[in-house]
Amino acid sequence: MHELSIATAMLDQLEDELAKRPGARITKVGVKIGELSGVDPEALRFGFEALVKGSHWDPLALEIEYIRRRQKCPRCQHEWTVEHWSTECPECSDMETLTLAGDELQIAFLEVDET
Amino acid sequence: MSNQVPMEKKVLNENQLIANELRAKFHEHGILCLNLISSPGSGKTTLLERTLASFEPKRRVVVLTGDLQTENDAKRLARFGFPVRQIVTGGTCHLDARMVEKHLQEWPLESFDLLLIENVGNLVCPSSYDLGENAKVVILSVTEGEDKPLKYPSIFFKSELMVLSKMDLLPYVPFDAETAKQNARTIHPGMEIVEVSCQTGDGFHQWLKWIETKMATVKQTEVSA
Repeated sequence: MHELSIATAMLDQLEDELAKRPGARITKVGVKIGELSGVDPEALRFGFEALVKGSHWDPLALEIEYIRRRQKCPRCQHEWTVEHWSTECPECSDMETLTLAGDELQIAFLEVDET
Repeated sequence: MSNQVPMEKKVLNENQLIANELRAKFHEHGILCLNLISSPGSGKTTLLERTLASFEPKRRVVVLTGDLQTENDAKRLARFGFPVRQIVTGGTCHLDARMVEKHLQEWPLESFDLLLIENVGNLVCPSSYDLGENAKVVILSVTEGEDKPLKYPSIFFKSELMVLSKMDLLPYVPFDAETAKQNARTIHPGMEIVEVSCQTGDGFHQWLKWIETKMATVKQTEVSA
């Protein structure tokens, strides 16, 4: 369970963003969590909400976009979203396919109230 | 008025910045850094013991070993005469780049060319933290389940090498090594795998050869850079 550390790192970055915008309020943060990132979205939400509640951030909404693993076959160029872990190309059965997406752990956007 | 501001920044940006600095320093000094990750009890420390025992005394190797509590692993590893430091995380379930940076401070970077980091025993959390390593190495022992790569895909995806350990116990456990390797390569196509027994030494030369090959690559890029 390292999601509390991850949530803390997120809020640290928001602190930096807030410092750049005196008088503003951050009302929402959007993150992208890939299925290969090693971060559990629900545990992250739990940690995030626990840190935000009663703090100067409260209320601060969290939007999580869960990114599925996508693969590309270097042989036949087919691209697909992985089901049941198999990375074998469903078109030509090539075993050594490339990962296009799925290991994201990113802050994607903020919603800032400038008034 | 509420504005949406795009960010596209890594959540662990601060860790990443320190890891990038460490990686640049390691590169500059021709240091190979390996980050060893596994469940508790898979044999990380035993693998390191045998690895250190096989090295010539003049070998320029240092070891950082992480645990929640105790200096036990550092004591075990210090017996081989190489510099070892324990990172006691005090409850944190993974090492991060700042801990590595802090614990390396006493060792001049000119004094070694191989840094072995034993992460906290955990297959989940260490996978999110870059330590500036050249490669992550995941260790899976035959007393675990062969479906571990499927259950913990992140670390198997991010590790360059899987060490299948405790191979001497294979006759006594219902572990199908072929299935385990297939599962690892399902998550990580083309993953390199070595099978070792730290008790009998079987397969150990493959692990040492893998390290030497990686070291040669690091030295080569240093020369060309």
